[in-house]
Amino acid sequence: MGTLNAANTMINAAEGGYHAPSMSEFFPASFLFEGTPFEMNRVMLIRLLATIAVVIILAVWAKRMKLVPSRFQSTLELAMEFVTVGIAEDTMGKERAKKFMPLIVALFFGILFWNVTKLIPFLNMPGTGVIGLPLVATLAVYVTYHWAGIAQKGFGRYLKDALVLPGVPPAMHILLIPIEFITKFVTQPFTLAIRLFANMMVGHLLLVLCFSATSFFLFDASNGFQFFSILTFAGGMFVFLLEMLVVVLQAYIFALLACVYINSAVSEEH
Amino acid sequence: MTPVTIVASAENPLLPGLYDIVWSAVCLLIVFLVVWKYVLPAFNKTLDERAARIQGGIEKAEKVQAEADQALAEYQKQLADGRAEAARLRAEAQEEGAQIIAEMKAQAHSEADRIIASAQNQIDAERQSAMVQLRSEVGSLATDLASRIVGESLTDDQRSANVVDRFISDLESESSAQPVKGA
Repeated sequence: MGTLNAANTMINAAEGGYHAPSMSEFFPASFLFEGTPFEMNRVMLIRLLATIAVVIILAVWAKRMKLVPSRFQSTLELAMEFVTVGIAEDTMGKERAKKFMPLIVALFFGILFWNVTKLIPFLNMPGTGVIGLPLVATLAVYVTYHWAGIAQKGFGRYLKDALVLPGVPPAMHILLIPIEFITKFVTQPFTLAIRLFANMMVGHLLLVLCFSATSFFLFDASNGFQFFSILTFAGGMFVFLLEMLVVVLQAYIFALLACVYINSAVSEEH
Repeated sequence: MTPVTIVASAENPLLPGLYDIVWSAVCLLIVFLVVWKYVLPAFNKTLDERAARIQGGIEKAEKVQAEADQALAEYQKQLADGRAEAARLRAEAQEEGAQIIAEMKAQAHSEADRIIASAQNQIDAERQSAMVQLRSEVGSLATDLASRIVGESLTDDQRSANVVDRFISDLESESSAQPVKGA
């Protein structure tokens, strides 16, 4: 990471030249409460805006809900049913899903809105592109599935179910139990957080790369190189469309995996 | 670029700053609370109400359908009853008519018989009286005729024929002046 930063600094140092996307975009200068735990910078502000947006949309939808739905209500109902039925109930079953539904719905819509800010002009930054939010969301899932498993089965049996694979020769357990432990307690949550974070961060960097290169070729490069701006712009558009898919897909994957982990923790069968 | 002093951990994208964790937690908590306390209950309530309404609608439609079926069955039963009643009445009327006709015929026959019998009786009586009268008159006529024939000369055939003719014409004029009673 150090070399990358050094390279960015070097490129940025060339005044008026090509502004390569850099990690420092994700850590802009704070403008409020600096030095406190409530330090506010651009990314945190975007997160808050997305949070306010999703809360207002969902609350207005809930408040105006009628038996005969309007177009707005139907659309959100469709989205909500996609989450409650398509993600939660299909994975966990109707009864079990009911208990965890608030978490799953909040995760899906929250992550969707925190992701989508990267595609909105003037925001142009995913709220989930900084590790904190994916980590906290994962922590919520992590705590939920261990807590639910222990509450359901008791600590000892939960650990046994989680770590000891049935139908395996006893000697193999020496190998398998540590592997299962790492899977359940380290890899699963880690990949859950990193998948979301890396997708959002890299998507943003790709967009910045394509569009800043377009700008560079169009305005700063010498004649003859301006042709390349068409290519980089087309690439940027492609990435933009791809990101439209990815912001939804990542919210879906996160919510779905949360359901799968919770379900496997509370299931009686291994 | 403005020189920014960056804490090493903040620049490492995998190590979150404390403020990052705090704001993430705040955002997630807000969304979670709103969804948990407000949005999902409202959503579930609406779905339940809608299901109840649809269920009620279906039940109502079933009830109405059953009522309509019952009314139709009743109507058809009434119609069948009416038809049967009409057929019965028609049959009865036909029977009654036939009976009346038969009665009338019988009555007419007996009346005709009676009239014929009385006419026959009258004819017999008149014939009887005519016979009686004839018998009483034929004697006197024969005597009368004989006396006249005897009074004239009986030798001439021509003359006797004239006498007979005259007698008959007298008889005819007598009978036209005095018609037979009951004829």
